Amino acid sequence: MTAADIASAHDLAELRSQKTLPQKAADLIRKQPLGAFGGAIVLLMMVMAVFAPFLTAYDPVDNSFPDMLLAPNADHWMGTDQFGRDVLTRIIFGARTALMVGLVSAFLGATIGLMLGVASGYFGGTFDLLFNRIVDVFMSFPTLIMALAIVSVLGSELHHVILAITTAIVPRSARIVRSNALQISEFPYIDAARALGFRASRIILRHMLPNVMAPYLIIFTGAIGRAILAEAALSYLGLGVQEPTATWGLMLQGGAEDFAESAPWMAFFPGFAIALAVFGFFMLGDAMRDAFDPRLRRQ
Amino acid sequence: MYRYMVKRLLLMVPTIFGAAVLAFFLLRIIPGDVCELRYGGFEGLSSAEEALRLCQEDLGIDQPRLVQFGDFIGDLIVFDLGKSMWTRRPVTYELGLRFQLSVQLALMAIVISVAIGIPLGTIAAVRQDTWLDYAARTFSIVGIAIPSFWFGIMIILGLLIATQGLFGDPWMPPIHYVSPLEDPIGNMVQLIWPAVATGYRYSAALTRWTRSALLEVLREDYIRTARAKGLIEKIVINRHALKNSMLPVVTVIGMEFAGLMSGLVVTEQVFNLNGIGKLFVESVNVHDYVMTQSLVMLFALIFIVTNFLVDIFYAWLDPRIRYS
Repeated sequence: MTAADIASAHDLAELRSQKTLPQKAADLIRKQPLGAFGGAIVLLMMVMAVFAPFLTAYDPVDNSFPDMLLAPNADHWMGTDQFGRDVLTRIIFGARTALMVGLVSAFLGATIGLMLGVASGYFGGTFDLLFNRIVDVFMSFPTLIMALAIVSVLGSELHHVILAITTAIVPRSARIVRSNALQISEFPYIDAARALGFRASRIILRHMLPNVMAPYLIIFTGAIGRAILAEAALSYLGLGVQEPTATWGLMLQGGAEDFAESAPWMAFFPGFAIALAVFGFFMLGDAMRDAFDPRLRRQ
Repeated sequence: MYRYMVKRLLLMVPTIFGAAVLAFFLLRIIPGDVCELRYGGFEGLSSAEEALRLCQEDLGIDQPRLVQFGDFIGDLIVFDLGKSMWTRRPVTYELGLRFQLSVQLALMAIVISVAIGIPLGTIAAVRQDTWLDYAARTFSIVGIAIPSFWFGIMIILGLLIATQGLFGDPWMPPIHYVSPLEDPIGNMVQLIWPAVATGYRYSAALTRWTRSALLEVLREDYIRTARAKGLIEKIVINRHALKNSMLPVVTVIGMEFAGLMSGLVVTEQVFNLNGIGKLFVESVNVHDYVMTQSLVMLFALIFIVTNFLVDIFYAWLDPRIRYS
């Protein structure tokens, strides 16, 4: 067998092993059924958020009093609320708020936490000690309490809600990243990098950051679910994004409770949307953890 | 043990101090002061100006920040939390009215979550990868995903529909709190629903941790030894495995306590219960900053003290912690 034969046999094997996209998807569903399900929910939510105006014939904000409190029917699949607004339409538009708050605050929270955690794990000493005490302080405020206090001072505009939820995510993600970074900083390749005289910034950015990417991505995905829940809770308490913006939490407040008995669809569907979205992100996060960390898979 | 307790107690001091700093400055990051924010926008109205002046005098906001902070810490130590800017009654009085309800609700929620979480986690671990395991895990993940306020609304809705169907009259849990000492049944009928709504969510983390801790312990050599010497499975699980796997679970109960308090805030709102969670939401809504600040501090204190107690309990269970 010549070298060329071997090369072509290798190419052939590679060609055979190449799968079409549907095959890959089928593989994923078989190996990670719940993760794939979670991914499908997340995908659906993104489609809803991006193409919201094209998915529905109704307006999420305009009142239509002839259509008040209609039960689910062929025109309004999930019924209408006390202002005659289509519930399904408001859920579709609500996906925008939920994703916006979820993605932005989870990204900011996880990323700031990543920076702080890696720095603390790398530098150790006084910096680490101080870091730990400060994280302890922040963690002693329950997420919702902290977020409510921040919103109460700054006001409940969208960016303040995002800031409030981000503040709650940072210490929790920083602590997890720190423990990972601490382990990594003991590895010989970090010592080698130090011995070569690299600057701290280079070691952190080039050697440590890539190695804590797995926990970072897991934290990020999990945090999206938690941020969506927190946003919904804030809106429900009337201290998040304000009417008439369509948000899932807001849809559960006021009318949904007042008319719970006569128009239960108003309370049921938005809550179901929140639960499904959070479930989707958690499942996706779990699947990612399994994929990144084979040790946990066996459990 | 004594040494450990003192060490842990001393570690608590900077955390509490830091929490006080945060609670103090959190409400002072705004331009102007809380009184202007509260009574501002009514310029020219003599009553509003009078209220503004009175408020600033009351809170001592005209003093330098450092003096204010000193006063805040001093008052905190003697548990003088000032007066509500809304009702003008002492914060401690308002708290006293509501504390019992919230504490009872929290305790009931913990009991419910332990009663659900630990058995469910045990079943999931012992019957790993069977349908029982999958059912238990799905049940717990659903508990994390469902917002507890929505679950509360659904419970109320379910009660309304069920009672309407059964007795012809819709019934809802009463909103006026009765002490369990006066009317134990009435008290239970009222608080069991919000406790379930909060406890279910809290149980989810317990289920997951119990399961993974137990799975780890079940692979230990001493479990194989216990089985090899012919112990029946029930004793192996209960006495050898479960006892040793409870250590991380105890920590989780403490860690998740913050989540439980967040849960109480929304649950009290849903069930219209006059507890400290509802007081907090109301004080945020009416811009009662004195009350908000006191409650933020109180929630942090409860969390810190709970975690201290959990750590002590943990060290008592596991001597390795004490000596490390």
